[in-house]
Amino acid sequence: MTRRITVKHAINEALDEEMARDERVFLIGCDIGRRGNPFQVTRGLWEKYGDSRVIDAPISEEGFTGMALGAAATGMRPVVEILYSDWITLAMDQIVNQIAKVRYMFGGKLQVPLVIRAPVGAGGGAAAQHSQSFEAWFCHVPGLKVVMPSMAADAKGLLKTAIRDNNPVLFFEHKRTYNIEGDVPDGEYTIPFGRAEVKRAGRDITIVATSMMVHHALAAADRLSAEGEIDCEVIDPRTLAPLDWDTLLESVKKTGHLVVVHEACRTCGVGAEILAELAERAFDYLDGRPVRVAGLDVPVPYNRELEKLVIPDAQRIIEGVYHSLG
Amino acid sequence: MDQKEFERIRQFFPELTPLQPPPDLGPQRQLELFRTMLLIRAFESALPDLWKSNVVYGLAHAYEGAEAIAAGACAALEPGDFITSTHRGHGHCIAKGGDVNRMMAELMGKVEGYNYGKGGSMHIANVEAGMLGACGIVGGAIGMAAGCALRARLRGDPDVTVCFHGDGGANQGIWHETLNMASIWKLPVIFLVENNQWSISLSYDRAFNVPNIANRACAYGIPGVTVDGFNAFEVYRAVREAAARARAGAGPSVVEAKFYRYVGHFVADDQRYRDIEETYRWRALDPLRRMRDYLIDSGVASPQACDGLGLEAHRRVQAAIEFGMQGAEPPPETLFRDIYAD
Repeated sequence: MTRRITVKHAINEALDEEMARDERVFLIGCDIGRRGNPFQVTRGLWEKYGDSRVIDAPISEEGFTGMALGAAATGMRPVVEILYSDWITLAMDQIVNQIAKVRYMFGGKLQVPLVIRAPVGAGGGAAAQHSQSFEAWFCHVPGLKVVMPSMAADAKGLLKTAIRDNNPVLFFEHKRTYNIEGDVPDGEYTIPFGRAEVKRAGRDITIVATSMMVHHALAAADRLSAEGEIDCEVIDPRTLAPLDWDTLLESVKKTGHLVVVHEACRTCGVGAEILAELAERAFDYLDGRPVRVAGLDVPVPYNRELEKLVIPDAQRIIEGVYHSLG
Repeated sequence: MDQKEFERIRQFFPELTPLQPPPDLGPQRQLELFRTMLLIRAFESALPDLWKSNVVYGLAHAYEGAEAIAAGACAALEPGDFITSTHRGHGHCIAKGGDVNRMMAELMGKVEGYNYGKGGSMHIANVEAGMLGACGIVGGAIGMAAGCALRARLRGDPDVTVCFHGDGGANQGIWHETLNMASIWKLPVIFLVENNQWSISLSYDRAFNVPNIANRACAYGIPGVTVDGFNAFEVYRAVREAAARARAGAGPSVVEAKFYRYVGHFVADDQRYRDIEETYRWRALDPLRRMRDYLIDSGVASPQACDGLGLEAHRRVQAAIEFGMQGAEPPPETLFRDIYAD
């Protein structure tokens, strides 16, 4: 049985369930307690669990991220919230040089079971410093795991897994998905990392999409099947590190064509990694050029029409499909 | 030292305090302190030759001159307490009960080392003994120390955390962020500033606008004290007091142990940025000589006994070098171990 709930509601449920299940789990971030988070994602949790489990921190991202490391290394399971992923830059030393590496450097003698939730995404007119997506940076740091859900059921199941994982996990939920409803299973469930999901099976071309782009890819696939008689297979990797290469490979072997879609800007985005790896592994199976559809290489502008030009949509994905099919 | 010498030194080092053990440090514990300090000095003194022969390589930062601080501070802690460290962490590791054999093996990159040869000098760690690793980023472990204390506060655990860091670390943004959060949440952490008056080539007077780093503590509403960092008893006292305060729920403190970096920033530092003659006047404050003088003057130990302890420290380090030299190179598979936990 399932219920239809929004992504942000699903995230709230995941946090609530994991906090109820394990008293070592606590939340720390700005405005997550009394305010319940400006998007209401943590609504009700402070009222239920109190100050010692939902900690409202001063605006000190590097400091409280470092403190989450210390708490995690000595037995707790913190979930840090950095409200806009753009501000993760303030905590980079703690994430990259400390959190990702202390287990390795110290001979495996400690573990760092922490989650950093850092909402991404453009489309709201929040402009250059509040609209970015940096998942590619963290895929590039051994020691971290990177999760990027697109839908409610994925968000909930993956966040629960992230909290139970004994490693540091970056969890990049997309702000524009917060109010998108999806079917979420009743009862207890988790989704393992490294398992992509085929959101729509198809014969003619593989579209690998992340986050908000999964929704646009599905819309594009519907139009292509109606208008162009092209049957698209849409795959959501769900976790970028570890990434389920087997599922992607299976699909490309079947279809012979590949389009990768992400919102983050094109140059050196995760699309580059996926294309490179599949070009090498699936070289003999590709019948057409592999293509990326990605955000433009510009800082996200304020003006809403200009912003629309930056972010991929169903139309640009369709153009990408035709470009790949030749 | 005589009164005249004392007054002379106080001209440039007003923190100078005579060695007077607190009542809870009897002769046995005083000798233990001295042993720890000797072992640190012997270990660090061996580094330049090891580095020149490429047996220890990369970057190593010696703790010479700071022995009284690690020894005094760690002696003031309970077994369940934690410390975090810096890139200059050998002294912290030894004072918190580190095995010099495993430390030397680690510096030589051998698999018998604390970190299987994958950490080296700057990441030396003895997690089992509550030493949460040395850190190669200046100030990088300050957040971790406060986080360890946050865990203690949230769980109601009785332990405290000593956050060792230098004058350099006290200028990183995270110091200020962390002191603030520790102060609002009353975290049981002691910010122990090892002020050696040099951030690599930048002298204290060119890096700070206040005479003592502990003066900054009041900006966060917490106690701050500056002590003679060449005096293990003074460091012990200050940490003991700060730990009692923390355990009682009164929150964090700043303890500034002021001393002087005797050697270069790292093992091969040619120190061209400073006047070597100036460093000599600080040698009169050598913490080992002062402790030795105190032990002899107070009748706790004879000169021969002190020499014996010095020799014992030297032998332990020689044995550690042997242990390390005979150690094994980590096999290639070690590369992929412990990136992730299960």
